[in-house]
Amino acid sequence: MTALLEVTDLNVTFDTGEVVVPAVRSTSYHIDPGEVVAIVGESGSGKTTAAMAVVGLLPEYADVSGSVRLHGEELLGLSDNAMSRIRGKAIGTVFQDPMSALTPVYTIGDQIAEAIEVHERDISRADARNRAVELLELVGIAQPERRARAFPHELSGGERQRVVIAIAIANDPDLLICDEPTTALDVTVQAQILDLLRTARDVTGAGVLIITHDLGVVSEFADRALVMYAGRAVEIAAVEVLYRDRRMPYTVGLLGSVPRLDAPQGTRLIPIPGAPPTMSSLSPGACPFVPRCPLAIDECRSAEPDLVPVGDDHWAACIRTDDVAGRSAAEIFGVSTQPLPTDSTAGEPPVVLRVTDLTKTYQLTKGVILRRRVGEVRAVDGVSFTLRQGRTLGIVGESGSGKSTTLTQILELTTPQAGSIEILGADVAALDAATRRQLRTDLQVVFQDPVASLDPRLPVFDVVAEPLVANGFDKRRCDERVAELLSVVGLDHADASRYPAEFSGGQKQRIGIARALALQPKILALDEPVSALDVSIQAGIINLLLDLQAQFGLSYLFVSHDLSVVKHLAHRVAVMYRGTIVEQGDGDQVFTNPQHEYTRRLLAAVPRAHADVAGG
Amino acid sequence: MTQKATAEATGTTPARSGIHPGTFTSRRNLVARRFIRNRPAVVALILLALGFIGCYALPPLLPYGYNDLDYNALLQPPSLEHWFGTNALGQDLLARTLCGMQKSMLIGFCVALISTSVAATVGSVAGYFGGWRDRRLMWLVDLLLVVPSFLLIAIITPRTKHSSGIFWLIVLLAAFGWMVSSRMVRGLTMSLREREFVRAARYMGVSSRRIIVHHILPNVASILIIDATLNVGFAILAETSLSFLGFGVQPPDVSLGTLIADGTPSATTFPWVFLCPAGTLILIVLCANLTGDGLRDALDPRSGSARPKKRRPK
Repeated sequence: MTALLEVTDLNVTFDTGEVVVPAVRSTSYHIDPGEVVAIVGESGSGKTTAAMAVVGLLPEYADVSGSVRLHGEELLGLSDNAMSRIRGKAIGTVFQDPMSALTPVYTIGDQIAEAIEVHERDISRADARNRAVELLELVGIAQPERRARAFPHELSGGERQRVVIAIAIANDPDLLICDEPTTALDVTVQAQILDLLRTARDVTGAGVLIITHDLGVVSEFADRALVMYAGRAVEIAAVEVLYRDRRMPYTVGLLGSVPRLDAPQGTRLIPIPGAPPTMSSLSPGACPFVPRCPLAIDECRSAEPDLVPVGDDHWAACIRTDDVAGRSAAEIFGVSTQPLPTDSTAGEPPVVLRVTDLTKTYQLTKGVILRRRVGEVRAVDGVSFTLRQGRTLGIVGESGSGKSTTLTQILELTTPQAGSIEILGADVAALDAATRRQLRTDLQVVFQDPVASLDPRLPVFDVVAEPLVANGFDKRRCDERVAELLSVVGLDHADASRYPAEFSGGQKQRIGIARALALQPKILALDEPVSALDVSIQAGIINLLLDLQAQFGLSYLFVSHDLSVVKHLAHRVAVMYRGTIVEQGDGDQVFTNPQHEYTRRLLAAVPRAHADVAGG
Repeated sequence: MTQKATAEATGTTPARSGIHPGTFTSRRNLVARRFIRNRPAVVALILLALGFIGCYALPPLLPYGYNDLDYNALLQPPSLEHWFGTNALGQDLLARTLCGMQKSMLIGFCVALISTSVAATVGSVAGYFGGWRDRRLMWLVDLLLVVPSFLLIAIITPRTKHSSGIFWLIVLLAAFGWMVSSRMVRGLTMSLREREFVRAARYMGVSSRRIIVHHILPNVASILIIDATLNVGFAILAETSLSFLGFGVQPPDVSLGTLIADGTPSATTFPWVFLCPAGTLILIVLCANLTGDGLRDALDPRSGSARPKKRRPK
């Protein structure tokens, strides 16, 4: 059988004048018709570049060499005009962010029709429109006739992604490239979109190249996977084989660091130590994974291993593949996944946070001069929960469920619209300025986006010292405490005089955690603290959070949309849906025996990794 | 990791005792170090400082005062005796340029400093707090924007006493020069206010005043510094045009503006009369801009030497 797409020895180098970045280095892969191939890797591993080189959508300063053949026809070196005839016709593309992939000023019907007209010059307007409506029906948009006249902002995120897929399959492509198609979406929507992509593949018979960092998506959707690290494919295998018998230590780490729904609370994950290498400063002649590899030997530093077949249709770029086979990730990385021993002797610990019937509504008003109420949005509607000392309460929900609003209400420490918030026994409605200030030090927050939550103009020392200075620590005590905090979160003392922009995402989040811990709070509010991080880094942060809880007896209020992360951390779980808590209970109970229908839907939608046979 | 973590857990404080806590570099040092790395900016700053000192220190040492007449040298090109040449009355142009520089630099820097500070204060307070403060301040800004400032200055300055003329010129030019940039600062502040690092600071119990000074202002510093350097040029030019029309600096006082105005008619025939003060003006504005650029790069960790790493090449 001839391959649909054959990529051979692809090299992409970005030359920005100052630094030369080899983003993709001698990578080869192929896709058969109707096959789904996933490219997996962490951010910066070159997975997007490797796929975008196929469609010729790289910036002008990219230097591409090698060979990309579609149906045996060479695509590299074609002029932009020639490529434009292939893009959208033979190759359809689905991008990560559906909002920016659609033009906001045209209706979605027009945009789909345009995609058809561009490649079929002689089609009439009316025919193109009819086809557009058919496509909308195919991708599962209700009332396609009417919705074709809608603008992108009138659709939900999932619907927008459906429209983007409709555009991608409009001309019956042979190859569909999906760049993180579900990353920006909620879990339940993600499951639907994956179903839709499967349908799209069946309808068009196209090969699918999917780029993702989500290993759940890979196991759910792909036939074969290509693991990329530092711009190279380090392991290629069928997905079942990859999960059962992975041979490259990096793949082991990647699979081992995924939080799992079937693990008990407190289970530690296996992080890959260190951070991905900077592509501009790769040392030649050594395996780029050496600094993070638990199995590295001297030989690894002398030559970069080639991809060698280790089994039937299974390649790995490692010289120690035999040492990997059959051993669990915990064994290879030399760490234990057992939960830390907790003292369950002391009975019920005291309640540190009690929220009763919390309600927050937003008024909808109309008119500029005569402002009148036209209704209200109940963002949070009668939410009650308690958090006990040293425990973690996970609040789970999809976007718009009111979980962040709940958190903000608690953090504001002001009287809520209705209901009551009690922190460490003090009702926030009855606080005066001094006690509120005092309470602020007991309740700290870690935000989702480590980039946005650190002031880019402040060096790390000032960032971490800020709460200390604000609470009247003198210079010497500040210095001592900052040094202590940096070591607690696993950062170097010398890092203190660098700016946040010089750190990787995981390190930035560690800085954020150090800042939150500065005043020795009793409660830590965690607003999706790991969802912006790569999976191998995420594992390190989750372990850190578990350690800190054991070490300082912290109580966590953990807000997340990621059920498997919550499973690892939370003792109790509250599931939020449309502003109310639909189910609340002990973590194991909610996950193993969900009572509410929404919880069941949420759990069913989580893409599950294959059982790791060798794992423990 | 477990072993490491427990080791950390048990030995946190003692393990750190070997480190001298006094070794953290303060932010000010960091900015200064980054500024010094930028050669053109350092040279420009030194030139500015020399010019500022020179225009006050040199005139007493010169053989001619700025109003002395040398009848033996009328309209002479630059020579050993008159370094910048002389004008039609035989006045030494070097002395006159230096004297003009005194006024122009004083006006330029004071106006830039005052109007940018006012813009920063008003803009950040209005943007950060919102509500009634925002409404009142923006009302004031809108009011000042529609006042015909040039006419107002032209009416007031000639009525003031000679000695305080410069002072009033500075006050008036500054009072009418901050509104547009304060609106820009307000807009930036409003978007910064919603950023997570500002929210984090608020939840940590940092006072509003400290948030504005430590988070908001450094993040709008690029705009402020560009604004300040542009204001230097703007103030000197505004003074020039006022003086040209006979309102700003009154004779026998000289400023770079009046000197340029004097030299303009003979710019082609006796170029030095025009070129010397004009060149000085260009040099001042250029140096101010270079210094400003350097300061901006030093404050902004994302620019210059500390480029962001390409995290996700596409």
